[in-house]
Amino acid sequence: MATLTFKDFKSDQEVRWCPGCGDHAVLAALQRALPKVSQALGYEKERYVVVSGIGCSSRLPYYMDTYGFHSIHGRATAVSTGIKVANPTLTVWQACGDGDALAIGGNHFIHAIRRNIDINIILFNNQIYGLTKGQYSPTSKFGAITKTSPYGTVEHPFNPGSLVLGAKGTFFARSLDVELKLNEEIMTAAALHDGCSVMEMLTNCVIFNDGAHMSISDPETRADRTIVLRQGEKMIFGKNSDKGLVFDGQKIKVVTVGEDGYTMDDILVHDAHTDYIGLHMALADMKGPDYPVALGVIRDVKDITYDDGVRDQVRDVMRKSKIHSVDELLHSGSTWEVK
Amino acid sequence: MQHKVIDLKDVVIRFAGDSGDGMQLTGSLFADMSAIYGNGLATFPDFPAEIRAPHGTVSGVSGFQVHIGTEGVETPGDFCDLLVAMNPAALKSNAKWCKPTAMILVDGDAFDEKGMQRAGFTTDDPFAELRVEDRALIVAPITTLTQESLKDSGLDTKTVLKCKNMFTLGMACFIYSRPLEYIYQYLEKKFAKKHPELIEPNKKVLNDGFNYAANIQAIPNTYTIAPSKNRKPGTYRNITGNQATAWGLLAASEKSGLPLFCGSYPITPATAILEELAIHKSLGAKTLQAEDEIAGICTAIGASYAGNLAVTTTSGPGLSLKTEALGLAVMAELPLVVVDVQRGGPSTGLPTKTEQSDLNQALYGRNGECPMPVIAAHSPSNCFDAAFNAAKIALEHMTPVMLLSEGFLGNGSEPWRIPSMSDYPEIKPPFVTGVLAEGEKFKPFERDPETLVRRWAIPGQKSFEHRVGGLEKTHEGVLSTDPANHELMVNERAEKVARIAKDIPSLQVLRGPSSGNLLVVGWGGTYGHLLGAVEEVGDSVSYVHFDYINPLPANTEEVFVRFKKILVCELNSGQFAGYLRACLPQFSYTKYNKVQGQPFLVSELVEAIKKAI
Repeated sequence: MATLTFKDFKSDQEVRWCPGCGDHAVLAALQRALPKVSQALGYEKERYVVVSGIGCSSRLPYYMDTYGFHSIHGRATAVSTGIKVANPTLTVWQACGDGDALAIGGNHFIHAIRRNIDINIILFNNQIYGLTKGQYSPTSKFGAITKTSPYGTVEHPFNPGSLVLGAKGTFFARSLDVELKLNEEIMTAAALHDGCSVMEMLTNCVIFNDGAHMSISDPETRADRTIVLRQGEKMIFGKNSDKGLVFDGQKIKVVTVGEDGYTMDDILVHDAHTDYIGLHMALADMKGPDYPVALGVIRDVKDITYDDGVRDQVRDVMRKSKIHSVDELLHSGSTWEVK
Repeated sequence: MQHKVIDLKDVVIRFAGDSGDGMQLTGSLFADMSAIYGNGLATFPDFPAEIRAPHGTVSGVSGFQVHIGTEGVETPGDFCDLLVAMNPAALKSNAKWCKPTAMILVDGDAFDEKGMQRAGFTTDDPFAELRVEDRALIVAPITTLTQESLKDSGLDTKTVLKCKNMFTLGMACFIYSRPLEYIYQYLEKKFAKKHPELIEPNKKVLNDGFNYAANIQAIPNTYTIAPSKNRKPGTYRNITGNQATAWGLLAASEKSGLPLFCGSYPITPATAILEELAIHKSLGAKTLQAEDEIAGICTAIGASYAGNLAVTTTSGPGLSLKTEALGLAVMAELPLVVVDVQRGGPSTGLPTKTEQSDLNQALYGRNGECPMPVIAAHSPSNCFDAAFNAAKIALEHMTPVMLLSEGFLGNGSEPWRIPSMSDYPEIKPPFVTGVLAEGEKFKPFERDPETLVRRWAIPGQKSFEHRVGGLEKTHEGVLSTDPANHELMVNERAEKVARIAKDIPSLQVLRGPSSGNLLVVGWGGTYGHLLGAVEEVGDSVSYVHFDYINPLPANTEEVFVRFKKILVCELNSGQFAGYLRACLPQFSYTKYNKVQGQPFLVSELVEAIKKAI
């Protein structure tokens, strides 16, 4: 198999996102991650299918030189599910937005996670409806002022991480659009994960919600306000890498190493592979000002996948059944002869 | 009094009882037994929407009508020769279906004060109150006799009472001279694994019912219905429409070599198709019970893109939910079979009752210029061919196809001469082959000049990477809002569907002269009733039946022009008539419609046809 490079995944279509849109960086990360995935797993390019719903980010399949399906609003997850069940040898990637996946498509989203169907969902979360020009989304902050909430919203946002883990998701990662390197890592991990992988990408909409993630994406403060979780590594963050997370009774707490008697030994070690979902939920829930926002792969556990289950059941029944052709089916059960 | 055995050409029996009384089972057993005996038959289950409505009330009555005969049984029959009513409510809601000569068999034990009150009788003579006191009435203490029959069985009271239906069935078997062996075999098979202790008690009750009927004076005569002599030789089976639909799809899967994928959400009266397909994984069928109707069709669209024979099954309200995705399948030009087993609408409507009122939705229910082939099944067993043909058109013409069935067809059953798959054509989708040269790009919407069908490249095929979706595209698959391109693509998609007319059978005059005064027109599940009515009226009228609705058979105009008058009969307010008016405005159409959630009666059709002559 010829080695693939990011160029192999770039289509000849002009990318039409606004200059400065966070989606550009996510696309670039995906085009860089897939060659690595191919190398690791021996996947040919024609094996990739990129599916999307409707919204700015859902234009992504046109920019990938792979098989692609730009479906309808909210339904990408259902289309992806059908593709994967119909042909489990395909590797399915999905681009969808916060309105797309969590509002109109919320039902398909949670059920794909519940079923643990082996698809890779990139959730572009810019906390706004961009393509319809600036209405609040299910992830917009409480009180957000938008075109449809001129006096501020009066509804709580979803935290996608909580939603995924609440549905017993087997893989959840979070990152910022600008974290190109980390995003490549996350995407590769998602591809290696057998099951439904959700990658929340906090993206910036320069036109309708500029700076929505500024509190954590600002290079000045990012190190203090985010924590990058890595498997087997201490949960350390901060400009000086001196802050860490510890368990304090029932809760996670932020401490400074060397203060209040806390040493490096007290700092928690990240284990994305543990079945215990409680700590993963606590990590996914963390937000400022008391906590850093968790980035990286928060949860990555093994479980049976829906597509394997369907395939195995078909094989199993095929082996056991006496009916192997339609003619046999037609003559099964009660029949009688007329001479 | 001398016992007489009377030979009948046909007989209609209606079993009615509380929805927990097992009347559907009783009716189906009677039907299956008669089929094996060699009779022609048609059945019509008429059940309430509630699983267990309040005991003893009219709203909880479940009915099953079976029409058996020697020859020419095309419908479940208008009125019955025997009504079995397990309680006062069943009598009340079904007495109107009794022929003047009918026999009425009731469980006398159920006609106590409480039962009469629940059914809403105001006098103590239910028969007089319903004006059926002149029918042959058989009031048998079925509950008491069942209890007596099983007093030494060791079964608890609840289980004993559940056997009442077998007592009734035993009586019916005596009256119509049916041998009990088939039912014995059924009981043995049904209970063998889980409840072997129920086999003997059920057999005993069945037998006691049979003997009881033989002993009482109230049944002076018994009847025989001879097996058919004109049946084409072959192997037969009984089949329901929903089962036939599922099997027809499996047949198309085999003939196309593509695995079947069905993404569906449970909905009455279509669910049995999903259930049936779920059984047949041994034929490679994958079923996905989706989280909603939209996911049902969208997973199917995904499966189609991935190269499966994709299907979604539903009924009217579910079809409404699938609307946007239908447009996507039209736009992406992907094969898909959408089965709509119609029920009474609008909205939730009459979930368990039959109607043909989704035709407009099937034809027009999408945004934009969005034509889709629509075909309709005309009898329970015909659902097999209709489903096969729907899949063949979808796969060979790269389009979603709407297959209209009806509750009446889906739940109804009839004997079916089992076909051989060697008699069915191969299905050949327009797959791309080979590998494109370096630098060459696959043009997903480039069309065959004859059929305007695009080619199908399945993900996984090297060099054919392409994107499909809901946005308008050029032949090359590139997004385009160019006005001329949009109009071109709109016209091509419409013309692609129109040219399917070349691949469908021409319209045949099924009965009557090929030209003349009156042409009766039908479509879908009214076939049997219309055929019966036209035959009864006689040679002065002709009859055509449409299995293909969009596109219409190419010779439709040629046939219509030969008649002075056209009468369109359908179970809605005139949707097909309206469609014909739009397609062939040069003819004038009269309509005969019924929107009661019930099939036509042959008698009312006869009257309507005579009036139209």
